[in-house]
Amino acid sequence: MSSPAHAAHHAPQGFIRKYVFSLDHKVIGIQYYFLGLFSVFVGMTLSLLMRFHMVNPNASVSWFAKIWPTAAAGGVMTPELYLSLMTMHGTIMVFFVLTTVPQSGFGNYFLPIQIGAEDMAFPVLNMMSFWTTFLALVIMIAAFFVQGGAPLAGWTAYPPLSGAGRITGPGEGMGQNLWILSIAVFCGASLMGAINFIATLVDLRCKGMSLMRMPLTCWTWLVTAILGLLGFAVLLAAGVLLLLDRTVGTSFFLPGGLYINDQIIANHKGGSPLLWQHLFWFFGHPEVYIAILPGMGVTSQLLSTFSRKPIFGYKAMVYAILSIGFLGFLVWGHHMFMSGMNPYSAMAFATLTMCIGVPSAIKTFNWIGTLWNGKIHFTTSMLFALGFVSLFVTGGVSGIFLGQPALDLYFHDTYFVVGHFHMIMGVAAIFGMFAGTFYWFPKMFGRMLNEPLGKIHFYLTFVGVYAIFTPMHFLGLVGNPRRYSDFSNVEYLAGVIPVHSFMSWAAYITAAAQIIFVINLFWSMKKGPIAPANPWDSTTLEWSIPSPPPFDNFAGVHPVVNHGPYEYSVPGAPQDFIMQTDPPEVHSES
Amino acid sequence: MGMSGSLTHDILNGPPPPPIEHGWGGGGGSDGRGSSRRASFTGLFVLIAASTMVFAALTSAFVVRRGLSDDWTSLPKPPVLFVNTIVLILSSVVLDLSRRALKAGNRSRFNLWWTVATALGVTFLLGQAYAWRQLNDAGFFIATNPASSFFYVLTASHAFHLLGGVAALLYVDVQALRLRLGPAKRTAIDVTAIFWHFLDGLWVYLMVLLYVWG
Amino acid sequence: MLLAPIVWALTCVICYFFAVKTWWFPPPINAHGIAYDAQFMRTLIVVGVIFFLAQFALGYVIVRFRDDGGRASYSHGNNRLESVWTTATAILFLGLVVMGTKIWAGVHFDEAPPDAIAIEVMAKQFSWNFRYAGPDGKFGHTELKLINDASGNPFGLDDKDPAGKDDVVSASLKVPVGKPIRLILHSRDVIHNFFVRELRMKQDIVPGMEIPLHFQADKPGVYEVPCSELCGLGHYQMRTTMQVMSEADFEQWKQQQAQK
Repeated sequence: MSSPAHAAHHAPQGFIRKYVFSLDHKVIGIQYYFLGLFSVFVGMTLSLLMRFHMVNPNASVSWFAKIWPTAAAGGVMTPELYLSLMTMHGTIMVFFVLTTVPQSGFGNYFLPIQIGAEDMAFPVLNMMSFWTTFLALVIMIAAFFVQGGAPLAGWTAYPPLSGAGRITGPGEGMGQNLWILSIAVFCGASLMGAINFIATLVDLRCKGMSLMRMPLTCWTWLVTAILGLLGFAVLLAAGVLLLLDRTVGTSFFLPGGLYINDQIIANHKGGSPLLWQHLFWFFGHPEVYIAILPGMGVTSQLLSTFSRKPIFGYKAMVYAILSIGFLGFLVWGHHMFMSGMNPYSAMAFATLTMCIGVPSAIKTFNWIGTLWNGKIHFTTSMLFALGFVSLFVTGGVSGIFLGQPALDLYFHDTYFVVGHFHMIMGVAAIFGMFAGTFYWFPKMFGRMLNEPLGKIHFYLTFVGVYAIFTPMHFLGLVGNPRRYSDFSNVEYLAGVIPVHSFMSWAAYITAAAQIIFVINLFWSMKKGPIAPANPWDSTTLEWSIPSPPPFDNFAGVHPVVNHGPYEYSVPGAPQDFIMQTDPPEVHSES
Repeated sequence: MGMSGSLTHDILNGPPPPPIEHGWGGGGGSDGRGSSRRASFTGLFVLIAASTMVFAALTSAFVVRRGLSDDWTSLPKPPVLFVNTIVLILSSVVLDLSRRALKAGNRSRFNLWWTVATALGVTFLLGQAYAWRQLNDAGFFIATNPASSFFYVLTASHAFHLLGGVAALLYVDVQALRLRLGPAKRTAIDVTAIFWHFLDGLWVYLMVLLYVWG
Repeated sequence: MLLAPIVWALTCVICYFFAVKTWWFPPPINAHGIAYDAQFMRTLIVVGVIFFLAQFALGYVIVRFRDDGGRASYSHGNNRLESVWTTATAILFLGLVVMGTKIWAGVHFDEAPPDAIAIEVMAKQFSWNFRYAGPDGKFGHTELKLINDASGNPFGLDDKDPAGKDDVVSASLKVPVGKPIRLILHSRDVIHNFFVRELRMKQDIVPGMEIPLHFQADKPGVYEVPCSELCGLGHYQMRTTMQVMSEADFEQWKQQQAQK
């Protein structure tokens, strides 16, 4: 006798319904994961091209000319080509990797399972959100192929450079329009995802799964969804206004008195470039927390599992996540200290920025506290989680310099900033994804990833990313400006070219090391050892079901939760872990 | 007539009450109708929050742009906007009347009022198109001056949302006329109605913004 | 575990390079710069200690608490410890911002002294232009449609305006040593940024805005000014110099320019 909920639930038949237009959150999560994987390789390739050019600005590479006959005539990458690769690198990484995989990839797959639900609240909407994201990616890639090529205004697209049209530079014609359109479509996809995440988390938790019994991963997915909901809405509005400035002659962001490329721009006046920056960063700052919070959730989950200890200070961790989310909306001005905005507001933003450092510090202390007196098992996923902590500390502390307007007077727009955000986003967040992959792969694909290969990949990558990104902080001290395609025009940079060479070589080697991961991933999907239901002796709900899970997750049973998420090494319990769904008689404090 | 027993029951007596809901702490129950109704409401409020943020962003851009430069001249607005406002408010009132009729079990009255509300919604959109036409004829296009830019952006964004609302209204209307209103559709009715009221309130807010500051 | 020595080694290498200042700021040439460096040092020490201790602690727990077959200790945390380290962090971080306020105020809250020499800066894709008012102390009238880069009129000076006849236009910045300077920053096209390392100062230049920046350079020399906000394909080439010279040399230079 099936419950009413099952009336509409039958396993889908046919390849298209099962793998293409699937309504199953697990398939959609995997689809997002592979979209992100594709995007990260595109983004990484772009960065390698950038790092090559910075050190060899005049080199002639024959296949450059084949791919870009105008922008790399004679095989020499032009500055505008460099800048467009840089713009697309940032855009693709931030949107199509960091905003998709941790949240829409892992979150889609595991949020419903971790709270004991059969699927997301709105499966059709979920499917639409993936295909809308896919459409956004197609439009973004299309920008490479239009006349003038991809835009060159950076992922931040500040007007007037991005707003006045073709005359400001190659790529600023159709390329910039497609960029804006892609982002707008992406905003829509994000909104659809946020609706699903929030409704599912609020309303579909199973019996016994109170908010304070949710794994920390769920808390991060919840707050990330709220950040995305409110932030992307503002980005959408800003993007529409920018597109109007570019196409129909409005002046939201374009002032009068512009003289560009030997022409007086007569049809714009009164707009404010700073208005764009305010709107963009109001989105942009929450965006970076969207990129990092899920990785923090995974790290908490893994550190607890593999130290066989409850997370240190669960409540404090929840409050830290909530305050990072809330404060994340109040600090956007720290991206604008040098912008010409009111200098008094800079002090307000600086104070709030320092405040947001506090919950981040709390999380770091609590991670160490979790490991303290634990019994640490060094699986590959645990290594990546430990690596996350180290990278988060390194990346986070450089923020203490940048959050002070007084010090930003030197460091703004130097490589110090580039080092800071790459450490945090380009590495720590990526390590969160690797950690999640190694932890959850057995559940998703029913097979184990190869541990020795995983460990080799980890060590090469960990040392590699330190080698690539720490020198950037020193370059910042020297005053190396950002977004320069070539350093030969600034005399004081002559001495740091060897540092750039070092970073480029570290980048090539680290990128090559990622091949190990790809091989491991695809080989193990087909040939890895069969995974048990709970290979890690972990406590949360996904480990109480088969690997991979049946199509409706709990096979018609409604799970009942009797324990908190991290009940490891409970004194008197028969094993060193109590699953959340274990009967209440198993001795525990919650 | 080919209708199943439970559907006739629904039509004559209204839908059965939803199962008891468990509130927030201590978990809900993923038991089908109750939680999916709740989830639909949560989803709606999330959507409304996002819409609100879009208009908050546009409002702050409006305020900044107006305060910044000296080229802001007030836009003479076509009086048909007041007519459109009345039409939209009326459509909300009628929509609520139709919901009450359904609660009382009066299906045919529900159908009537809901259809009227839908028609009023479409009328609003036509009225907006007429207002834009009048502005065009008076020489005010989107790039004419900042006030006109914001007028078009704000009203077009609102109209875009309203188009979605009209689509939802039409969907319910068609289902109602085909007598297909089981419990799942009741949620659709309530969610659509709340979204419609939100768009109504948003429009009143925009009218105040545009008339007092624009 | 292998990770611990790697973390410690990386930490030591990083701290070493900061300690021996292998790659470092150039020496400052103004009082603001000296104050800046002091604030930087304070921050570096606080950050350095936190960085070192945190990475050390991470390595330590990795080694000390490796699995050895026993059970871990069951603990949900320690509220006292939480409050202590939360408060300490808040005080440290906020303290740093408060200490830096004076430096920020000196640049942005305080006005330039009344006798500051006013110099107009006009940034454009992809070069710098500076204008001095000349002996009459007045900047001449400019018009967009009079701009002619090819014939050396990037400002669009109106030659019918007598006040502009003695204006001096230069592609590089020249200032007298030890005298307050007030830059008036303009851009003709997109956002640029004026940056001099030795002054420890930087400011975005936004079209449609007139942004002031005042400073005083106390050491003669030639200092580079690289554009520091992405302005298009020539951003990497948009660089000029600031030459700080004695007052006498400065006056001489101005006279020579006026005679041209």
